[in-house]
Amino acid sequence: MGDIAIRIEEIGKMYRIGGQVVKYRTLRETISENLSTTFRHITTGTRAKEVIWALRHIDFEVHKGQVLGIVGRNGAGKSTLLKILARVTQPSEGFAEIHGRVGSLLEVGTGFHPELTGRENIFLNGAILGMKKNEIDRKFDEIVSFAEVEKFMDTPVKRYSSGMYLRLAFSVAAHLEPEILVVDEVLAVGDAEFQRKCLGKMSDVAKEGRTVLFVSHNMSAILRLTEEAIVIEKGKIDYRGASKDAVDYYLAHDYDKGGEHIWRLDELTSAASEFKPIAVRIRNSRGLATETLRSTEPATIEVEYQLKKDIQGLRVGIYLITTRGEFILTSFDTDEPLRYEKHAIRNAGHYTSKCVIPKDFLNEGRFVVGVNASSYKIKRYFHDEQALVFNVNATNAPGMQWPENRLGPIRPMLEWCIEEAH
Amino acid sequence: MSIFAKVNPSKKNVKRLARKATLQVAQDDSKIIIRPPKGWTLINFRDLWLYRELVYFMTLRNLQVRYKQSVLGILWAVLRPFLTMVVFSIFFGGFAKIPTDNSIPYPIFTYAAILPFDLFSKAITDTSNSLVANSHMITKVYFPRIILPLSSVLGTLLDFFIGFLVLIGMMFFYHITPSLNAVWAIPVYLLLAMVSALGMGLWLSALNVLYRDINYIAPFINQLWMYITPTAYSSTLVSDKWQILYSLNPMKAVVDGFRWCLLGGPPPTSTAWISVAVAVVLLVSGLFYFSRMERTFADMV
Repeated sequence: MGDIAIRIEEIGKMYRIGGQVVKYRTLRETISENLSTTFRHITTGTRAKEVIWALRHIDFEVHKGQVLGIVGRNGAGKSTLLKILARVTQPSEGFAEIHGRVGSLLEVGTGFHPELTGRENIFLNGAILGMKKNEIDRKFDEIVSFAEVEKFMDTPVKRYSSGMYLRLAFSVAAHLEPEILVVDEVLAVGDAEFQRKCLGKMSDVAKEGRTVLFVSHNMSAILRLTEEAIVIEKGKIDYRGASKDAVDYYLAHDYDKGGEHIWRLDELTSAASEFKPIAVRIRNSRGLATETLRSTEPATIEVEYQLKKDIQGLRVGIYLITTRGEFILTSFDTDEPLRYEKHAIRNAGHYTSKCVIPKDFLNEGRFVVGVNASSYKIKRYFHDEQALVFNVNATNAPGMQWPENRLGPIRPMLEWCIEEAH
Repeated sequence: MSIFAKVNPSKKNVKRLARKATLQVAQDDSKIIIRPPKGWTLINFRDLWLYRELVYFMTLRNLQVRYKQSVLGILWAVLRPFLTMVVFSIFFGGFAKIPTDNSIPYPIFTYAAILPFDLFSKAITDTSNSLVANSHMITKVYFPRIILPLSSVLGTLLDFFIGFLVLIGMMFFYHITPSLNAVWAIPVYLLLAMVSALGMGLWLSALNVLYRDINYIAPFINQLWMYITPTAYSSTLVSDKWQILYSLNPMKAVVDGFRWCLLGGPPPTSTAWISVAVAVVLLVSGLFYFSRMERTFADMV
């Protein structure tokens, strides 16, 4: 019993439909609603009881010093669970026991006021997170130097660059030193560098023997940082086990229904009149549109579009870009000379251009697909450098026998030979 | 170490408290129990005590932020009641010739009333918006929510003290010597005004989370409340048979009290206790309603 950090029994959270969907109400609406429900109640004898269980029958224990991964797709209930543990919202049923202070990196910068100086915000933010004044006094210099904002301590934070602001906010949260740390990577803001810092801090915390709950869409981060993980689906725990098995389970069930972007009318400019993009999708080897691919299987990227007129010399293509904005490649459907000859004029109609991303090509991580449709030196019909985002999970990829981070966006299996010198 | 480490209540206490409140700190290593809330509960005072420093920092923030980037800054604290007094003195004191008690000069007669009423109305305005304005905090971090309205009310004190300096200056000007009672009476009446404002503020801020109508209602409440409070006139204008009903407004007792101990107005009567009772009822009912609604703030705001 002594080494339990979190114990959760039968936790459930119920929302009344309308209570959550409609953000707030006016008195008039409530009055008319109540009148109509009363009326319905009288006339039909039924009562509207529409409720959603965001979480139900959640049971688990986390030991002290354990790093537990939590995966699940959007809306599965992960964030609700974290909110209950952080006591932001209260459960509708069940019981939970938490040993120690809970801190989370999702509350970075909470209560920061733009008009206040860096110094004033440190104290305010620290107090909101539950730190005592003497505790903040003690850690003040450390917080400031970690954030690298010594010179700007007496400047209102509204004059800070966004990077400085984030560093300061993160620094306060990172020095809270909670017994239990909650990291919700899905909600984490900031650039890749900042996210790397968050993850780094997290593994530090874990090494110090404190408990970490890690929520992420990034399967490789789950594999790297956790030993055990739970899969949450539709408000229930679907699976709990070793992280590797949990990730396999999650990927195999194709919970991730992303992998598609359909352009809305308001995203398109009038310049795209002849070329009307419809959708871009990425499909795994089984043909399912998905946000998470395995690097060991080939994938297909397809661009669906409509041509209002015949277009001469059209090429439709993709970019692959890292989340830091570095281009990995550009490729067009008429790159091959013979195919270019054949499609010299593309007639009006409905098309899909598909290409295959070979297996053992991309490294693990997050990638962006861009779309370009143009006629060389004539016209660019359509261009979107942020059309779709997907993840690559590198389980069993070349070199995975070493659980390390490989540098570079691609991870091909190159032909090697080892020659012995004579 | 954890903030909860210091608390070490007896087992019996824990059981009693656990039944009453939804979140409790138990005896062993800083354990937090989370359960669904049941029924009507009162504010969790233990948590409020643990977070007492946050009350200080939030109040400080409200003060620091209020006059940032305004040219006149803290002068507004003086200008608002002072200009109101000037206008009242010209129209009500001058043209309408509204009588004062015991021939107190009209300007100081009305200023001594505007000052506490200004605190009250500003507290209501700030408090009613305090939860909605800080929704980003409510949806992300746990802390006793009551700190938001509480620090809004406390934040109005600074303006009051600055305005009070002007009142002292005016007393010198009119050669008025306050009675010695002022030493205890001013803090007591100030407390009465703040308790009433907090009570109203708890109701309005919690209602505001559900119904944004409160944003429109609060200024209107303030305006009406000023008319039913003897700021521009003397409470003795109201005939005796209506005094009991009139005293249901706690600000009436506050204004009368200020005039009594500072300017030599008529002393308070037993109807002042009605005002005190109303203020206490406002506060206690506000606390209950607030803690009832508190658990849904994060979902509703």
